[in-house]
Parts: sequence; structure tokens; C-alpha cells
Amino acid sequence: MFAQVPEFFCLACNNGDLGTTKLPMFPFFAMTEHPKKTKAATEHWMDADFVAALRHDMLRFSRLQLRDPAQAEDAVQDALMAAFAQSSRFSGQVALKTWVFGILKHKIVDQIRVQHRTTNASAMAQEEESLDQTFDTLFKANAHWTPVARPSNWGNPAEALEQAHFWVVFDACLNNLPANTARVFSMREFLELETPEICQELAITPSHCNVILHRARNALRRCLEKKWFTAGEQTC
Amino acid sequence: MLSCKDATRLLSEAQDRPLTLAEKMQLEIHLAMCRGCRNFKGQIAFLREACKHYIDPAQK
Repeated sequence: MFAQVPEFFCLACNNGDLGTTKLPMFPFFAMTEHPKKTKAATEHWMDADFVAALRHDMLRFSRLQLRDPAQAEDAVQDALMAAFAQSSRFSGQVALKTWVFGILKHKIVDQIRVQHRTTNASAMAQEEESLDQTFDTLFKANAHWTPVARPSNWGNPAEALEQAHFWVVFDACLNNLPANTARVFSMREFLELETPEICQELAITPSHCNVILHRARNALRRCLEKKWFTAGEQTC
Repeated sequence: MLSCKDATRLLSEAQDRPLTLAEKMQLEIHLAMCRGCRNFKGQIAFLREACKHYIDPAQK
């Protein structure tokens, strides 16, 4: 039975810098290999480089959302197993990567539910207070922008999306957000949940959710403005 | 008249829920006069765009 098991997960795990990896459940794979799997999906699964790169990107994404290496690893492993087991459902109409990430998003939401049960409410309040204070310093007493804090024109920011270094900066800015704020932002923007769903999952009110998203967006745009869009500009 | 602080709040909420007609009108009037908030609007629109491209920057 073991001889039939694809080796791609092991190859992917040996990629080096990705930390400890749980061994996949080999017999499970052997049993769930599906005869009707599309040729395209099968070819991808057998391509060790493709799977290693996919797994690397999935871990990066998962860690960003969950901020817990072990949970991030679990979500990726669960998603890969589910994706492989369900390969027959892959229609080929979207890229395999997009399809697998769709599965990963569900696994991350599952982990967030687990995390939420252990979230410390006072830690959440504390980090929000600090973001609120920072936000308030951007405005004058009459609640209009201070000259120095006024958002600048980023020109054609879409060009940044093409540049590899932009994504390094973007990651760093996301990681700078306090954990709970980042979680709400991620649920909205990466996992694409609607705000009522987020409120329900995290047991917070809609207005609280709106405030957290507002603070998160403001902190992120300020970080990008500073670290990317005006980085390198000389001040007079 | 809407303050910049309130305008940024509405601009953020506009990404999550439909604004009421009154909110939209107040916001439009403010944006017509305020360059900082117009830039804020463009910046958070870009944030959403970047998040959509996060999984695979090559897929556009």
C-alpha cells in the first residue's frame, strides 16, 4: 500500500526553511487516490517543484492569518490532504493553486474558531486602545488631518503589485498589526468573509468590527506609505 | 459638515456595507473639498486590491 503513495508531500517537506512538519497520514492518501482525478491535477501533484512551491506559499499565507506556526502547519496539512482527496472535483476552470487556496481558507477559518475560544479579551482591548491613540494623533483638535499626517497621492500604486520587494514590505506591514486586529482584517480581506460572519465567529458587535477594520486599514496604509510609497524620498 | 476623521470611518465602512444615501451625500461633499481624504480613499481601495492579489501576484 505504501508503495502507491505519492511522494510529493515528503519532497515538499524537505524544502528546508519551513520548520517542523508533521508526517502526512500515508495510508489515508493511498486509500483516497481517486481514479477519476483530472489529468491536469494529477500532473501537478506529481510535480515536486510545483507542490513544494505551493506548500511554501500556503504556509506563508496560513502563518500570516493564524500567527501560530503549529496551527498554520495543521491548516496547510489539512488543506493539502483534502485537496488531494478531492482532486476529482477540481474542474480545471481555475488554477489549481487558486482551488487549493480556497480549501485552505476554510481550514484557516476552522482554526480561527479554535483560536477564538482562547482569545484573551483584555489583550484585545489593550491593543485596540494603542491603535486608537495612534489614530488620534493624525488629526487636529477639529478632527481634520494634521498637515504631516495627510494621506499622500500614491500615483499608480498597482505598479507595486508587480514588484517582488513590495510583497516583502506588505508582509512586514501586516505582521506589524496587533494579532487580533490582524485576524479581523484577514478574515475580511483574505478569507473574504462578510462582516456579520466575522462578528458571529468572534462574538463582537458590528460596530466594534467596523472600528477594528478601520484601524487596521489605517495602520496598513500608513505603513505602506512610510515603507514603500515615500521610502527613499528626500525630506527638505 | 463631516470631519476627516468621520470621512475615513465612512470610507472604511463603505468597503463592508452599503452606505445610506445621507452618508453617501455627506461623504461626496467632503471628498470634493478634501484632498487628504480622496487620497485615503484611493489608498484603502489599493489595499483591497493588494489583498486580492496576495495569493498569487502573477495572477491578474
